[in-house]
Amino acid sequence: MTHEASAPASRVDIVHALRETAITALIAFGLLLPLIGFNTVQNIHNELVLETRWPLLAAMVAIIAGGRFLHAILLAPWLARHAVRSRQHGEAAHPAVRGRFTRLLVPFTLGFAVLYPVIALSLAGTQGAVKWIDNFGVQILIYVMLGWGLNIVVGLAGLLDLGYVAFYAVGAYSYALLANAFGLSFWILLPVAGCLAAFWGILLGFPVLRLRGDYLAIVTLAFGEIIRLILINWVPMTNGYAGISGIPRPTFFGIPFNASDEGFAARFGLEFSPIYRTIFLYYLILGLAMLTAALTVRLRRLPIGRAWEALREDEIACRSLGINTTNTKLTAFAMGAMFAGFAGSFFAARQGFISPESFTFMESAVIVAIVVLGGMGSLLGVAIAAVIMIGGTEIMRELDFLKLVFGSDFDPTQYRMLLFGFGMVLIMVWRPRGLIATREPSTFLNAPRFSLFRARKAESAQPSLARERHG
Amino acid sequence: MEVFVQQLINGITLGSIYGLIAIGYTMVFGIIGMVNFAHGDVFMVSAFIALITLLLLTTWLGIGSFALALFIVLIVAMLFTSLVNWAIERVAYRPLRGSFRLAPLISAIGMSIFLSNFVQVAQGPRVKSVPPFFNEVIVLTSASSGYEVAVSYKQIVVWVVTAALLLVFWFVVSKTALGRAQRACEQDQKMAALLGIDVDRTVSITFVIAAALAAVAGTMYLMYYGVVSFADGFVPGVKAFTAAVLGGIGSLPGAVIGGLLIGLIETMWSAYFSIDYKDVAAFSVLAITMIFLPQGILGRPDVEKV
Repeated sequence: MTHEASAPASRVDIVHALRETAITALIAFGLLLPLIGFNTVQNIHNELVLETRWPLLAAMVAIIAGGRFLHAILLAPWLARHAVRSRQHGEAAHPAVRGRFTRLLVPFTLGFAVLYPVIALSLAGTQGAVKWIDNFGVQILIYVMLGWGLNIVVGLAGLLDLGYVAFYAVGAYSYALLANAFGLSFWILLPVAGCLAAFWGILLGFPVLRLRGDYLAIVTLAFGEIIRLILINWVPMTNGYAGISGIPRPTFFGIPFNASDEGFAARFGLEFSPIYRTIFLYYLILGLAMLTAALTVRLRRLPIGRAWEALREDEIACRSLGINTTNTKLTAFAMGAMFAGFAGSFFAARQGFISPESFTFMESAVIVAIVVLGGMGSLLGVAIAAVIMIGGTEIMRELDFLKLVFGSDFDPTQYRMLLFGFGMVLIMVWRPRGLIATREPSTFLNAPRFSLFRARKAESAQPSLARERHG
Repeated sequence: MEVFVQQLINGITLGSIYGLIAIGYTMVFGIIGMVNFAHGDVFMVSAFIALITLLLLTTWLGIGSFALALFIVLIVAMLFTSLVNWAIERVAYRPLRGSFRLAPLISAIGMSIFLSNFVQVAQGPRVKSVPPFFNEVIVLTSASSGYEVAVSYKQIVVWVVTAALLLVFWFVVSKTALGRAQRACEQDQKMAALLGIDVDRTVSITFVIAAALAAVAGTMYLMYYGVVSFADGFVPGVKAFTAAVLGGIGSLPGAVIGGLLIGLIETMWSAYFSIDYKDVAAFSVLAITMIFLPQGILGRPDVEKV
């Protein structure tokens, strides 16, 4: 916790390390004593009684203290040496190198995403592939799309929205209610749900126009919770906690995915299998996500996209230059909400069942985490963060072998959100600007290409007045 | 009328608990300008610490006197919760000081998720209940309709403990060197540091005080409702934050007034309108206050500097 970076790198100070370890062990003991040392359980008479867990407490304290000791004698000196070396050799990762790497990574990732169902099919077989395409592919892509949608609001316009899941819910409920009431198809209701969500984006965006930063975040959180509570309590309309079931599934342009003669498999002379629908859903959400990405890239180069980025950088300067901040903010809210609406109606169509449980604050927090951890404004960063956070938590479900280590009542899934929260803190502390650094404005006026050299702005002579960046 | 008086009594009790949590929000916001999103979960953790201490005292050590038990529980919960919040500040917020504006907020959201899930994993997802105590009530009036206005001993304990701790706390902040350092850091951290105030230490102490008050709230919550679960941090946290904003964020008396107001609004709404929508009422108050009265009742207007 203290900074050993200033200590001489060559000499490992064992006494110091031991003292730090002892202090850490003491603090860890104090922190864990009440909640780990004791467990509250109900006995036969339904009374709460205490059990002790001294071995577990001792093990956890030992692990934390051990980690601190290793940090003090190995990691900290190494970091100190590394810092000295990188100071001597200048910045380690040259921006140009990173740029080339990114350029290669994008087509590779895209290619992988397109081929993913084929890879899953060939590796896991028809039976096993459903799980891999649905739980990992579709699930991750939903969050990639939500992340990219929220990226417009948070990453480009700089408005922290903690109630984003409300628009996701609006999309999902629009599709579910309209499809059940009027029997309209998914393809008609997809744009309708998007428009309704955008409308709600504007509606909720209006009152919060004056707010900035943390205040905006908390009010949007309140709005998100209000919408969820209304979904719970307005039973005649939404069926409350019980949710809406029997939502029509999307069709292949009118051909349903079922075992009938009119079904997809029969029409195309294939043997019926649920895998076709899963693969179709995968490409559907991939297409929607790509639409989001393509629109974001285009919008960034339009005046409105420039205005968003200007707004994020400095609202007062923006207003002074005659940009209509009201319209700029509202379009950002509407755009972001529209993509959440698309994702929501896709979610409802994929699940066939929705309830308010799917739209808790936790979902908003997860989406915000993906955007911020990925690096606000960076499409690639958001996608990587979604893969790590959602894929990582999904993979926790698959770790059954841990039961052999920790006993049969060990359930790895309950640690999902625990590790998720811890990961959020860790990444923030390690890289506050996200995995891929925050996007700089797409356009600079008479400025160098990379912000690292911004300090030398005066001496750099640029041939053109304005420079553009892409990607 | 009887219903109103009864709801007034209930509302003030609930409001005292919110006020205690709200002070934590307002102090932390005042000194480092950050919405400590995890504060509601710190409150929840403190309620669990209080629960475990209470069980330890009553079932293991066999302490019969509830008053004595409550006193010890308060002290223990305050100590351990302070340690928890101190560690949180040290690990999750301090490295981010001076980073971009939203980084501490995101870190705090992560911490909030971590804390509630940690308690869920460590203590199980079930709602924990303690045997009721201090159940005697004092009947104030007996109306002809048969509706009784009553104050329970629990409520009196909540009022007395809250008032006493607020007095102690007010004394610390306004009369001691520690409080002066804290107020100086709120006004200008750089200048305070130049004048020889250890800013890091002062911020740590702020978190410790905030946690101690949250622990009082947690103990009172456990005693008043008799139940606690791992998910109990979020909603009281948001309501207390609403209280802090309503009273004027950064203002300590404001936090208490805001807490009482939120408590009253919630109980009155439940009594006269719809209990299902009581959280909607609280969240709406939050949104309305932020939009129309962002400086709160006692707060200073936020001057935008270029």
